[in-house]
Amino acid sequence: MFGLGYNAILVTVGAGLLGASAGLTGTFLFLRKRALVSDAIAHATLPGVALAFVVMVALGGDGRALPGLMAGSALSAWLGLLAVGWLSRHTRLAEDAAIGAILSVFFGAGIVGLTVIQSLNTGRQAGLETFLLGSTAGMLFTDAMIIAIGGALAVVAVILLRRPMLAVCFDPGYAAATGRDVHRIDLAMMGLVMAVTVVGLKIVGLVLIVALLIIPPVAARFWSDEAGRVVLISGLIGAFSGATGAILSASAPNLPTGPLIVLAAFAVFAASFVIAPKRGLLASVLWHLRYRRRVHLRQGLLALAQGHPIYEAFTMRLLRRAGLARADGVATDQGRAAAANALLDERRWQILRSDPKFETTAALYDGLRPIDTVLTPDQITQIDRGLGPRGAA
Amino acid sequence: MSIELATDDGQAVLPGDLSQSPLAIRGLTVSYGDKPAVFSVDATFQPGAMTAIVGPNGAGKSTILKSVLGIVRPLSGQILIHGKPAARQIHLVAYVPQRASVDWDFPARVIDVVLMGLSRELGLLRRVRRTHLDRAMACLARVGMERFADRQIGQLSGGQQQRVFLARALAQDAQIYLLDEPFAGVDAATEAAIIDVLKSLRDEGRTVIAVHHDLSTVSAYFDHVFLINTTRIAEGTVAQAFTSENLHAAYGGRLPAMPAAGQAG
Repeated sequence: MFGLGYNAILVTVGAGLLGASAGLTGTFLFLRKRALVSDAIAHATLPGVALAFVVMVALGGDGRALPGLMAGSALSAWLGLLAVGWLSRHTRLAEDAAIGAILSVFFGAGIVGLTVIQSLNTGRQAGLETFLLGSTAGMLFTDAMIIAIGGALAVVAVILLRRPMLAVCFDPGYAAATGRDVHRIDLAMMGLVMAVTVVGLKIVGLVLIVALLIIPPVAARFWSDEAGRVVLISGLIGAFSGATGAILSASAPNLPTGPLIVLAAFAVFAASFVIAPKRGLLASVLWHLRYRRRVHLRQGLLALAQGHPIYEAFTMRLLRRAGLARADGVATDQGRAAAANALLDERRWQILRSDPKFETTAALYDGLRPIDTVLTPDQITQIDRGLGPRGAA
Repeated sequence: MSIELATDDGQAVLPGDLSQSPLAIRGLTVSYGDKPAVFSVDATFQPGAMTAIVGPNGAGKSTILKSVLGIVRPLSGQILIHGKPAARQIHLVAYVPQRASVDWDFPARVIDVVLMGLSRELGLLRRVRRTHLDRAMACLARVGMERFADRQIGQLSGGQQQRVFLARALAQDAQIYLLDEPFAGVDAATEAAIIDVLKSLRDEGRTVIAVHHDLSTVSAYFDHVFLINTTRIAEGTVAQAFTSENLHAAYGGRLPAMPAAGQAG
């Protein structure tokens, strides 16, 4: 029974595609600052699952047929989404309060429904509760196929809609002003989230699907400052988490799949948090060490420029190692040039900081940053006017 | 209903001649909740001119721009761009929103923001090509920001963020430029750089309309002025409409200290 059979491979591929589509879609939700809406959507699926089961059994079919359950969950999720939208638009409730209300009411109704179904004793209802936490155990070939196709379709939709969705995420007013229909783009975004949720119900479960939508983009944000790349990286993290969780679940069938997938995503998040360049923990520690060196070097240069003695051994060591000063504390030629530069920069900063019109730029002053990295040439020209005749030398 | 418009230079668009005006507004009322932000406003903006929309806080200045752009939905009224409904002519308009309207921690570089101004040409799937990048860079150069193209937007100063927004609007290559408080919270050098760009846009025959709150610079920067306080107070050339009488009507007792109208500049 060990090793991945044909079915298990298909499940893994399906989970990977689902993860990719969740990671891609979730990024837009995250950037639109509406991450919690996905939690409302996910919880609002449950009454639909219960209802679909009842309807299918009443019609004499198999109550657990995945397509029927997905259709039912999509219907009630859409109702939940509409209800959240209606509440936040037509009442004084803020969106987070509307989400809380809808999420709990729909989830409560769903749990009641499931409990009633369990007491009905139709004999075949066992398994509906796996929609809470997800399971790959006993998954049918067609189920895995549906999930893989659904995930792939969502990926295609994201590729098609990425530009309008990013435009709306960054600046909805400007997006509207360039002729985009912000309301419809938002609806499409929520529709995609709903599709991912419905497709993911079987594998991840409704309680944790929100994690698969949110953790990958949050992790991806550590790696890039460019939205397009954040989307792509988030998709890859989602795919990795989905596939890894499915493989783990295949070798330990008693564990629910959803939590395994979420833990895999969390592992990527934790790793990103620590090792990501620029934004990661390690990088910020290294940055601080480098920052300390730069402060000492800058202070040393300013001291050299003004003929002050340098007391700190660490500063002196840095200056010597950079070839800016000799062992006796006298500046080299290179050191004199660097010192003059540092002094000019510092005087420009002083003028900038004494001018209230540069208030926002003045906040960037850290005693290190060369002024030409924060000002445009025309701004510097204006500053230099304040330096007087000596400053230009 | 007296409508005083610039007529002395012989080129001014008269209120009845809607198709000649790049942007004409008739009977515009917008309400957030039960209080109108703008009530039954008429405006006829002049082609190839720089017009300041001036009025106290909460007078509906930004609301006028947002109605033109379709960001807010008016209760009533007509907005015509070159004589046709604004919604169908929106491609002729470029917009510079208030800087505070976006989250500057958004994962985007300066160049990415400027490229958003080319969204109409890029469509859904077209790749960003060299020519697009060159045009975006040229717009950045026009506002003195070409060296900042790869910078994450959160690392810019307020004035630089405003320049990026202007560059994005320049990339749209529009006929009408609408700006919402472009000089709010920017440094003096940026203010000068922005006004230079706006004047060059006007000299190219484009129409520039800016919400403006600094009364002391109205005469120096603008040709025309539109005074509003929920309802229209006055419009016309700065010499005609920017009078202390009209300012008192717009601001009531809250008139901020300023040089007497007509003397500045």
